[in-house]
Amino acid sequence: MDTESTYSEYSHYSRGSRGSHRHSERSRERHSKTRSKDSSSRSEKAVTINAPPAEPLLGDQSTIQGEETQDDNWGETTTAVTGTSEHSLSQEDIVRITKDLEDSVGLGCRRYLALSVGIVLGLLVFITPLAFLVLPHLLWPERVKPCGTACEGLFISVAFKLLILLLATWALFLRPSRASMPRIFVFRALLALLVLLLVVSYWLFYGVRILDSQDENYQGIVQYAVSLVDALLFIHYLAIVLLELRQLQPCFSICVLRSTDGEIRHYNLGHLSIQRAAIAILEHYYKDFPVHNPALLTAAKSRAAKHLAGLKVYNVDGPGNNATAGQSRAMIAAAARRRDTSHNELYYEEADHERRVRKRKARLVVAVEEAFTHVRRMQEEELKKPPGEVMDPREAAQAIFPSMARALQKYLRTTRQQHLHSMESIQKHLAFCITNNMSPKAFLESYLTAGPTLQYGRERWMAGQWTLVSEASVTSNLRDGTVFTLKCIDFSLVITAKSIPYIKLSEEFIDPKSHKFVLRLQSETSVPRIL
Amino acid sequence: MSQTFHIPGQPITAYVQRIEIKKLREGSNLILGFSIGGGIDQDPGQNPFSEDKTDKGIYVTRVTPGGPAEDAGLIMGDKIMQVNGWDMTMVTHDQARKKLTKKSEDVVRLLVTRKSLEDAVRKSM
Repeated sequence: MDTESTYSEYSHYSRGSRGSHRHSERSRERHSKTRSKDSSSRSEKAVTINAPPAEPLLGDQSTIQGEETQDDNWGETTTAVTGTSEHSLSQEDIVRITKDLEDSVGLGCRRYLALSVGIVLGLLVFITPLAFLVLPHLLWPERVKPCGTACEGLFISVAFKLLILLLATWALFLRPSRASMPRIFVFRALLALLVLLLVVSYWLFYGVRILDSQDENYQGIVQYAVSLVDALLFIHYLAIVLLELRQLQPCFSICVLRSTDGEIRHYNLGHLSIQRAAIAILEHYYKDFPVHNPALLTAAKSRAAKHLAGLKVYNVDGPGNNATAGQSRAMIAAAARRRDTSHNELYYEEADHERRVRKRKARLVVAVEEAFTHVRRMQEEELKKPPGEVMDPREAAQAIFPSMARALQKYLRTTRQQHLHSMESIQKHLAFCITNNMSPKAFLESYLTAGPTLQYGRERWMAGQWTLVSEASVTSNLRDGTVFTLKCIDFSLVITAKSIPYIKLSEEFIDPKSHKFVLRLQSETSVPRIL
Repeated sequence: MSQTFHIPGQPITAYVQRIEIKKLREGSNLILGFSIGGGIDQDPGQNPFSEDKTDKGIYVTRVTPGGPAEDAGLIMGDKIMQVNGWDMTMVTHDQARKKLTKKSEDVVRLLVTRKSLEDAVRKSM
């Protein structure tokens, strides 16, 4: 039946003997039952047990005697999902926590600095035109020449242009930032500098030419303010082009390769700096690459360890300096000569694993299909059912989940995905599928194949752990042949940029009337000329 | 009988016998006097009493001689369909145990079925 029952058989035997012993004990000392025994029996239930071979016909059973019971299982019990790789996970947790503590302080300061600079600049930009218009009325109100309809038109245009500028700034700049980069964002810094320069120069001219001389030509002042708002709108146009439009046209083909399992994807990017390109690539990574599963790599590592442990080299000629060079060459030569049968093992192991996965998958599919037949939507005319029978999706999921839990857990263990899914997440997904009238196959899809990282819980994302490793400066532009690495905790993405080939398209004109055809004869028999 | 080779999703029909067990009070414990096996979270292939080896229902695996269950007429190998109105065909092992061992109830009314019932009904027709 199951090939992995060797260890668990032993555990079952020990438990079985204890169980039967306790059985006879209980029949003699019924009055000494306590709650603790009940809880201990329940904790025994949490041990993984597989099918016992030749069990006496009755096996372990549940005896109904008041509140004291023994556990019955036809040899198998559902267990809580415990990942075998929990040890390595806890180390990752420690690394992650320390990194979070370190980074949050530095990044917080930088982020708040950038935010405060942005707010100050924004306020300056919006208050300046209004200040230009209002200051003459405050400082020399009696000398200001009233201007008629032309001024009013200019007032309206200033108001509307400021409103448009406000909306455009909100649309472009006031979005929640989705990434924090290691160095400053060059274009944004340049634009902020430009805006600051513009506003400062306008204030300078205003101060010198208008405030000092107390100009009475109010229409000229209003036109001055309008020209400032126009210049600001043009700077906003420049911002759109630099920040949003320039990188849209693709000119580099990026090859992203994951170092642990060799997953490759290709993306097209435009003119970007290395850090912006890294962020764009990471956004694609989270939705395209299957989740990183360290449990799948253990087989390759054990094979590599076996290769290394195969030979021992001894130096018979006495101690010498050139021993190491000679040693490594001797090892390589000996390894080449040795009859290596590890390829055989690999082949049969993979075939075996494939067969086991398919068997478990078949059982799982049958169990899930059967479980789904037991739940159906309540019809309108059944409203008078007693409230104990009517269930919301979560309760319905909890009711049918135990019948497929064992098969699902065994399948996840065989494909080494059991640490990616917790019991609650599976039940939540089941309730979601029941609510949306999904078929059993739709429910199973997320467990049969490894999905993208975003599909799993937040603790798998590790979004704060990425490090950009690059030989060129990270604010320099992408170029043909740029190579950099994005390192996460236990794997890294190697990124290569190649420029998209320049396509030279030429034209050939075909006259529609030139399509003429003849039949090709398959066999030609020459008919002799009959004279 | 449609109990053998049951198609999932289709209603189960069976000839059942009503069995009323009065729990025996011994000190502070209420004793029923039988053991159950099975449930939707158990492996149905290990069930020695079921005809259909995919049947995940609750079966009586042992009846203590002289206990209240034996007096009420419960026989080893019976499949329990209902307990006090609660369905027992789609429950986990734990849920079945809880429905049987409620401390507030002195009497459990079971609906049980067995192969010999069907034969008996057919012979009498």
